[in-house]
Amino acid sequence: MNIMRAPTTDLPILLDHVSFVAGSVTIVDNVSLAFSPGAPTILIGPNGAGKTTLLRLLMGLIRPSRGRLTWGGREGVTPARCAIVFQRPAMLRRSAAGNILYALAAAGVPRGKRATRCTELLDMVGLAALAGRPARKLSGGEQQRLALARALAKDPAVLFLDEPTASLDPAATKAIEDIVRAVAARGIKVVMSTHDLGEARRLAGDVVLLHRGCVIESAPALSFFTAPRTDEARKFAAGELLI
Amino acid sequence: MPENASALQLVFSADPALLAIVKLSLAVSLSAVACAALVGLPFGAFVALTRFPGREAVIVTLNALMGLPPVVVGLAVYLLLSRSGPLGSWGLLFTPQAMVIAQTMLVTPIIVALARQTIEDLAAEYRDELAAMNVGPLGRVATLIWDARFSLVTALLAGFGRAAAEVGAIIIVGGNIDGFTRTMTTAIALETSKGDLALAVGLGLVLIGIVVIVNALAWAVRRAGEAFAE
Repeated sequence: MNIMRAPTTDLPILLDHVSFVAGSVTIVDNVSLAFSPGAPTILIGPNGAGKTTLLRLLMGLIRPSRGRLTWGGREGVTPARCAIVFQRPAMLRRSAAGNILYALAAAGVPRGKRATRCTELLDMVGLAALAGRPARKLSGGEQQRLALARALAKDPAVLFLDEPTASLDPAATKAIEDIVRAVAARGIKVVMSTHDLGEARRLAGDVVLLHRGCVIESAPALSFFTAPRTDEARKFAAGELLI
Repeated sequence: MPENASALQLVFSADPALLAIVKLSLAVSLSAVACAALVGLPFGAFVALTRFPGREAVIVTLNALMGLPPVVVGLAVYLLLSRSGPLGSWGLLFTPQAMVIAQTMLVTPIIVALARQTIEDLAAEYRDELAAMNVGPLGRVATLIWDARFSLVTALLAGFGRAAAEVGAIIIVGGNIDGFTRTMTTAIALETSKGDLALAVGLGLVLIGIVVIVNALAWAVRRAGEAFAE
């Protein structure tokens, strides 16, 4: 399988003192981070830490209330080479293949190339045999894999994944993690949120620990898990509850 | 129409008078649904997908208009089309066109309200995905209408059911003129009052048959939609 990739244009993604406020609640608080090409970055933290909101900011779906957010040096644009898989992806009322063909059309892939790309993507996520099945009739794990394939239809430079294995069983989780590794091996920058420490250990190149909207610690995975610098990170890495 | 024919004889012998009434009824109601769909589907999509001052009031009004009394609509259209009314010069009162106008006014709120609700629900579900795929406004509308097509057809069938079964509006603006504006429902009302129960019952059977067919179609459409929606 050969998925052609256009030059990276949305990296690095830089957040400079970014906050996001909804009403009177600060969901993301003064976050400064840089996302560059390389191994997957895993956002970890308890529920309500701000992981999902941070991913939506990074995807350009919402704008910062304060601070500066740039994609490849550009600010206030819609990042063209970023794609996202939501925690509960909505399946379009079409077949599995129809969902991918729709995404390919939205991404501007010429009509004549869509069928081939669709087959490649379905193969990649192991859904070739279910191409004609209505997407909403797929299992939770299959829907997540289809959402991954749909996101990849955009030929992204950066792929954001919002807890893609939450509520999946171990077999479905492994299938997703295998795809994430394959995607990362193709040079696509993966930024993934999870509150599963084991998953973070298995996939992370870098780890960002979020708590109450703030970045507690950001470090390469090895040093995060072996020599965390903060008490919160030590507690979290040790599997203690971070409340 | 043969004297003393039973209702079933009239139906199964395809009595010409009965057929003419059925044909006019279907023509009026289908035309009204087509007109209501032309106005109602785009307007329902507009209300579903845009935010403007007074939107909530529009939605409440649309929902309330679904229960609009047919006789009130008939009266309003009568006042509009009567000789002294603002549209009296059109000469439409007591014509099938006037009946189409009245039924369109009855059916449009149903189609608008159901289309608005259907498209708004789907838009909420699809919002993030379509935004993430950088689908533009026109593409979003097209996608939502296409993906909601089974529910929208059901809305049209609900509108047709309302049109086919109503009598109050069309008897006022159509006048129930034999061979010209007499429909199934107005004929049933008239023949019952005259004591010609055979024709009234025959028309009633046909009307019930049509309602059953419409509901069967709605059910089949919904089942077809569920194949992709569930």
